[in-house]
Amino acid sequence: MNLRRDVFQAIADPTRRAILLLIATQAMTAGTIASNFNTARPTVSRHLQILTECELLTQEQSGREIYYHLNPAKMKDIADFIEPFRQLWEDRFNKLEAVMKKYKNNR
Amino acid sequence: MEKKTTVHAEPGKQELIITRTFDLPVALLFKAYEDPEIVEQWMGTKVLQLENREHGSWRFETSYEGNVVFSANGVILEFVPGEKITRTFKMENTDFPVQLEFLEFEKVTDSTSKLTMHIIMRSVAFRDQLLKMPFAHGINMAHDRLQQIADSLK
Repeated sequence: MNLRRDVFQAIADPTRRAILLLIATQAMTAGTIASNFNTARPTVSRHLQILTECELLTQEQSGREIYYHLNPAKMKDIADFIEPFRQLWEDRFNKLEAVMKKYKNNR
Repeated sequence: MEKKTTVHAEPGKQELIITRTFDLPVALLFKAYEDPEIVEQWMGTKVLQLENREHGSWRFETSYEGNVVFSANGVILEFVPGEKITRTFKMENTDFPVQLEFLEFEKVTDSTSKLTMHIIMRSVAFRDQLLKMPFAHGINMAHDRLQQIADSLK
């Protein structure tokens, strides 16, 4: 449960969302990511650390550089997370539809 | 198959939007929200009060095996038949602050309609907590079932 809450908090930050969008197209080093933001380098590093801890990003060593990749499986977890809430309303609305169809036919 | 119900919850925002297309004329969809007896049927709750007018109030209560498990109340701020209901929603006996709900009913065709529920919460944290509720509840349910199975094996 804690991990899930952390993932949600991780994506609540606008800079971290921007980082995820940036990396979605291609893997990047911390330096390249930081050069896309006006934020101080240590701040970007902290964001990368949080995103990596939540497994939204994965690190890959390539020579002397570390590249950050997006973890699509974890991103899907976030979507799945809302699914029970959506399902709750879907069930409720299905019931509404069924009740009203019966109501219409009984008039 | 296309999902009929969609939930739009942008990260970092204290609102959420639920939409649903119904195979019902808009008048019948609206009636499902207006008529207390019908609300009871699809919401699975007891309607203690439902004053469909500006500054009216409402109160729902759900019991399970004689105990009240859920109750909520609020006031109706706007009531335009066949078009919209604006109301407050407060879950009783919880830490959740009052939320504001905008319900819009639209005609799509003569026999289909669309409902848009725009919910505004006091904070992003409460919005996220609300989204997690069925998730947490699902875990409890699974837990209860495990307990039942364990008990039956004794």
